[in-house]
Amino acid sequence: MTPLLTYLFGRLPIGWLQLSHNRTRLLAAIAGVGFANLLVFVQLGIMGALNASTTAAYALFNADILVSSADANTLTDGSNVARQRLFQALGIPGVDDGTPLFIANLEWQRTDGTSSTLQTFGLGADATHFLMPEIGADFGHLVLEDTVLIDRSTRGLAGDALEGVTPNTPFVFEARDRTLSAVGTLDVGGGFSADGKLFASDQTFLRLFGTRSSGAPNHILLKVEDGIDAAVVVDRLQAVLPADSVKINTLSDAAAADLSYQTTERPTGIIFGFGVLIGVLVGIVIVYQILSTDVAEHLKEYATFKAMGYSQGFFLGIVFEEAIILAVLGFIPGLLASIGLYAGLAAATGLPLEMGADRAIAVLLGTLSACSISGAIATRRLAGADPADLF
Amino acid sequence: MAHLENTAPIDVRRLNHWFGTGDARKQAIWDVNLTVTRGSLTILMGPSGSGKTTILTLMGCLREVQDGSVQLLGTELNGASEAQSVALRRRLGFIFQAHNLHESLTAAQNVLMGLEVHGRGNPAQQKAAAHHALRLLGLDDRLDYLPSNLSGGQKQRVAVARALVSNPEIVFADEPTAALDKDSGRTVVEMLKEMGRQRGTTTVMVTHDNRILELADRIVTLEDGRIVKDE
Repeated sequence: MTPLLTYLFGRLPIGWLQLSHNRTRLLAAIAGVGFANLLVFVQLGIMGALNASTTAAYALFNADILVSSADANTLTDGSNVARQRLFQALGIPGVDDGTPLFIANLEWQRTDGTSSTLQTFGLGADATHFLMPEIGADFGHLVLEDTVLIDRSTRGLAGDALEGVTPNTPFVFEARDRTLSAVGTLDVGGGFSADGKLFASDQTFLRLFGTRSSGAPNHILLKVEDGIDAAVVVDRLQAVLPADSVKINTLSDAAAADLSYQTTERPTGIIFGFGVLIGVLVGIVIVYQILSTDVAEHLKEYATFKAMGYSQGFFLGIVFEEAIILAVLGFIPGLLASIGLYAGLAAATGLPLEMGADRAIAVLLGTLSACSISGAIATRRLAGADPADLF
Repeated sequence: MAHLENTAPIDVRRLNHWFGTGDARKQAIWDVNLTVTRGSLTILMGPSGSGKTTILTLMGCLREVQDGSVQLLGTELNGASEAQSVALRRRLGFIFQAHNLHESLTAAQNVLMGLEVHGRGNPAQQKAAAHHALRLLGLDDRLDYLPSNLSGGQKQRVAVARALVSNPEIVFADEPTAALDKDSGRTVVEMLKEMGRQRGTTTVMVTHDNRILELADRIVTLEDGRIVKDE
């Protein structure tokens, strides 16, 4: 290692020699940086899971435009939309097709005492093309009364409970005093507010939720004609439908607005965002402690170098060298531990925690700059001091 | 006479120095004048606390000059910039009371640090020069030892090699022989004296060591921050 670094730097790799001289302290420093990484990764992971579970609900639908109540910020809040808006919209040039979308949470109490909350979506029975293909294919079966598609990844349910479910071998269960037959499955998983998803026709949905009216769905999904820009149709709809009762967005804009609402206005989003901030700050403090202790412990040796005519840039070089070595060596165990922790958390909560390359690279670059800045600050006490005062 | 003064490697005029601030401020050096000629070996003597090391570090560019004038190799140190100080320090060799070797570097690497600061010569030549310096001090078989595996005397000899390897114009030495036995202490001082004869290297040394006084060209005695004897 030393000859390679000597060749690279054109000088003795003092930083590396200093770090590797005391193996115990090096291991402690690597563990410290790794822990700082882990902290940031976990906070980012939870934040990312919140975001992913928000956008995942939109990805279930294969529609171009979402019409919601004017006071709705997410798929599940706000007032209902009058069904007549669907008929109005179908009269607008460029609108090809539409379906009402009903959403409610279904409590599924099982005989063994466990229960799960299923976020239930009701769409017109002929609206198969409004769903992502994996779901749409089975959705056609739901014209039969009290049939549903159920989420294989429902939290609280044994992993193999829903294996082998087909229209001929349905999974029969009871909820809200009705007997439901799951004739197919999907694999989405829950989010922060529900344990899994359930799909039904609007007729089945309305039988399950007797207080809901067929005239008042939560949202309306629209598809535009081929070759027409959805944004243009949104403008046309906005010109016709009353802005004080409905808002109209392309489905992707609606997802982006929901995401921004979740992260900036909802307590969960703000708390997790704050967690990332705290994680970063604690990480910087740990890294700074490690590097400033190292500088303090070598102050006498640096003073000797200073007396020999080495300039401040040389000491910065040593500390940056240490900073980069620690950042990289600490990142590797931090990343591996985080991947393991993500898997554990995902298994325990059913939330979509995934280590993306972009996140890993961002944390590595952040660690490198935190280490370098800490190192630069730590060497400042060398800059002004007379060498004679440092011995 | 003025011309001669300018060519002296060290010329100290009316030097005063204080330590501490406020009520604790205490004057350590009182109106010191000292001119050191090229190639000479000057020894500073005096009881502890007499200001020998303070004067040495002031002349050696390791401590900021507060009052008075120190001309070092033609540069005024009072008010000198950091860049001027760095450039001057590279022309000096320092041998400290404590060896101050870097614990993570081998003997040869420590000596190499005295050369790398100049950035000249290729790595192989520098390495050869470092090994040569250590060999002159009888450390051929200790080149790759870490300081923790060397005896006190060996460490001090490595520190001497580090100070001398780059052929400095002035060598400042603070009790360099304290950790050395009689023979090797004398060997080091004789080396310094020989360098003075051959290359004009000037040496200023603080010492209590009576064994080497006879080698000095000049002995300056300090008491309470003042020069009391100059012979």
